[in-house]
Amino acid sequence: MRVLVDLNRCLSYGQCVFAAPSVFRFHGAESLEYDYAPGRALAEEVRHAAAACPVQAITYAEEPSGE
Amino acid sequence: MSSPAAPGRVVIVGASLAGLRAAETLRREGFRGELTLIGDEPHEPYDRPPLSKQVLAGRASPAHTALVRAPDLEATWLLGEPAAALDPHTRTVTLAGGREIGYDRLLIATGTRARPWPAAEEAALDGVFTLRGRDDAERLRAALAAGPRRVLVIGGGFTGSEIASVCRELGLPVTLAERGPAPLSGALGAAAGSVAARMQRAHGVDLRANTTVMALEGDGSGRLRAAYLSDGDVVEVDVAVVALGAVRNTEWLAGSGLAADARGVVCDAACRAFDADAVVTDDVYVAGDVARWPHPHYDGLLLAVEHWDNAVRQAETAAANLLREPPAPLRPHRGLPAFWSYQFGVNIKSVGLPTIADEVVVTQGAVADGRFVAAYGRQGRTVAAVAVDSPRWLPAYAGFVAANLPFPPDLHASDAPDPLRPVPAGLALDDRATHSPTAAVTGDGPTASDRSTHRDPRSPLTAPPL
Ligand SMILES: Cc1cc2nc3c(=O)[nH]c(=O)nc-3n(C[C@H](O)[C@H](O)[C@H](O)COP(=O)(O)OP(=O)(O)OC[C@H]3O[C@@H](n4cnc5c(N)ncnc54)[C@H](O)[C@@H]3O)c2cc1C
Ligand code: SF4
Repeated sequence: MRVLVDLNRCLSYGQCVFAAPSVFRFHGAESLEYDYAPGRALAEEVRHAAAACPVQAITYAEEPSGE
Repeated sequence: MSSPAAPGRVVIVGASLAGLRAAETLRREGFRGELTLIGDEPHEPYDRPPLSKQVLAGRASPAHTALVRAPDLEATWLLGEPAAALDPHTRTVTLAGGREIGYDRLLIATGTRARPWPAAEEAALDGVFTLRGRDDAERLRAALAAGPRRVLVIGGGFTGSEIASVCRELGLPVTLAERGPAPLSGALGAAAGSVAARMQRAHGVDLRANTTVMALEGDGSGRLRAAYLSDGDVVEVDVAVVALGAVRNTEWLAGSGLAADARGVVCDAACRAFDADAVVTDDVYVAGDVARWPHPHYDGLLLAVEHWDNAVRQAETAAANLLREPPAPLRPHRGLPAFWSYQFGVNIKSVGLPTIADEVVVTQGAVADGRFVAAYGRQGRTVAAVAVDSPRWLPAYAGFVAANLPFPPDLHASDAPDPLRPVPAGLALDDRATHSPTAAVTGDGPTASDRSTHRDPRSPLTAPPL
């Protein structure tokens, strides 16, 4: 799947890191880094992370199936 | 030229962040016609910010930066071939290979590319790089992974500084040459730049401020060997990264009759392109890094903003306006410029336009603690703020800037220095920095001629060494 965080909107609250630690992590004290292309098995975690983000900075989607 | 109430065919030139976000907005707003995206890169739209950060550091693959995109876009993607010409009268885009694509409404989102090193033979040396796209990142990453003796970064703007930061993370010796008084000084001023300078030195960067790279030298087999600096030093390097800012991709619009030149394509606040007679068009729109527009918050001066956030929001506004049927009102694109960066372990975020400021003051936290907010003022009004490792404070400042509140802002924050000490921001430095600021005022109205002569980045501030 695909993940994208609007890092302008992100205020580094870290809820996503708790919800999906294998996708989101902090690099330094306040800078969020994440995996743009996590495996499907992580979809549930990513969904939780997106729902937990207090500023709704996280979007995700399935891989496009070719247009 | 009358425009059909509902366009049947929309063409977007530039298939990156702004182009993709515009396409998604069109569909979300109910556009059911033909949608075509034309992009010269062979890749589907991907995100650029990680390229100078985690991708270069080897924590993410360049191939794993594709942008999330709506599953039901139903667009025709013409990738790998640039648009070479536009005829707004016949409403035709011509691709480099000669194919013609007709449109009812067009969005120009061709962005920018890296400014090349001015000496072509030196730029062609093995070991000299620029960084704008995925393929650039792939090549530079391989060169860094090979363990060069020393890396030279030419230009201390955001991208150059991020690259130097990654080099230190990888344990590589790095020299950064910046013509201005400090890194980031072109975008944030010399006062804030001095903080960046200390940070770079503390991380082991061999920082050469007030210094230009005058020449790059190769060995017999065309490999970069050394760089000649204006301070008289000769540095032995295997890798040089040219980070001198960006050039707008507008050449393909030559002869189109639009107000397009090296500074960008001029549009109004509703994202409608101007033609060269300063008449606004109603079928050609502009968004992202390539656009210049009169920002209502900045006395109508034409702004050019090379920021992720601007590309997204301008694209959304352009797409909504492109579909609007009169008498529905046009939406203005008026959000404040906003930016983030990550380097040397700290998060830097800014809002507003620091480049127009005359003063700057630390309003919260302390520079010595590595966590602070600085507010920027121009003639007694707050025009921008920069937060270092304190992103949660910034939204309040966006409110101050939007409301034109007095400078220094009166925060009553418990962590505010007492008294506040405003100092000159150090931005009126006559274009001394090597790198162009990524958000800047770019002159007057659509027909004002292009007097911006970009200085040769090699020219030293004072006299060259003997
Ligand atoms: C290394 C790097 C790091 C960055 N880091 C940050 C950051 O931390 N924070 C931040 O806010 N911003 C950052 N940015 C800036 C941000 O990525 C840009 O503002 C954003 O990409 C602009 O999107 P755009 O779609 O307007 O232009 P672009 O992304 O430049 O896309 C334009 C597209 O059009 C294509 N094109 C050009 N000419 C033609 C033609 N004639 N025909 C067809 N296609 C054409 C180009 O190849 C490109 O694919 C960074 C940029 C780079 C390069
Ligand atoms: S939860 Fe949202 S705001 Fe917090 S770090 Fe994650 S993306 Fe950023």
